[in-house]
Amino acid sequence: MTSALRNIIYNCKQATFLIEKRIAGKITAAETLQLHVHLKGCSVCKIYQRQSILINKVFSDFENSDVKLDETFKKILKDKIEKEINKN
Amino acid sequence: MLNKTDQEFGEKCLHSDPISWVEKYADYLYGFAISRIRDEEVAKDLVQDTFLAALQRLDGFEGNSQEKTWLTAILKNKIADFYRKRSSSSVKDLREMDVEGELKDFFDAESGHWTEKDYPRAFGLEMYNPLMMKELGFVLNKCLAKLPGLWFSVFSMKHMDDLASEQICNELKLTNANFWVIMHRTKLNLRACLQKNWN
Repeated sequence: MTSALRNIIYNCKQATFLIEKRIAGKITAAETLQLHVHLKGCSVCKIYQRQSILINKVFSDFENSDVKLDETFKKILKDKIEKEINKN
Repeated sequence: MLNKTDQEFGEKCLHSDPISWVEKYADYLYGFAISRIRDEEVAKDLVQDTFLAALQRLDGFEGNSQEKTWLTAILKNKIADFYRKRSSSSVKDLREMDVEGELKDFFDAESGHWTEKDYPRAFGLEMYNPLMMKELGFVLNKCLAKLPGLWFSVFSMKHMDDLASEQICNELKLTNANFWVIMHRTKLNLRACLQKNWN
């Protein structure tokens, strides 16, 4: 077993770092193997990985939620635009 | 003379009709801004700034692009400015940047193993449930508000706009190594915050 592999088997800090790097970018083949071995034996990091993906999804889903400006603010905006146009 | 001015103004407005902007685009632009900023007041300000900046540049709007696309492009620039401003005011020393001023490490310094109190525990969301997801979204927003400005900017640029890490590093003047440390620490903190405030 290489020392890199041995080091990661118990290293959750490194494993969660690789999880983030894999989700948002890419990791090397060696890192993929290290992570695979770690996750085989670490149920806590498996929970972490699931939740990390869930957080990304909840975060980006927000865009599709139907947020609206309140009418009072819209009215203020409209008035400001009209005032600005009439300046010219 | 007066007629000529009227006529010029009329021509200028042919491509765009600012009176109808709020009606047509305010909700859309607000949704765009708030999903990237997660702060109602700031998002409102940015929408207003966008309309006012667009008025100044009406001459430059040729009508080649859609009004909505044009306004969104202006808003995008304002959001990028906001990210940069918030990031440059945060301390870039990673050791001093943790949430609520305390340095949470989550892991044993020697082994790198989770410290027991920080063990991730299941959220109980194994079954997909839209209502609970929505609830989780509210809690997440509260947790996002506690993040250091730089972290939030990095996280949002990556996950809302799917920018390449190189581009984010460029815009916020970060090294690639710092970028990944921030991504990691952001997620550790968000996850811990959700676990603490969920249920």
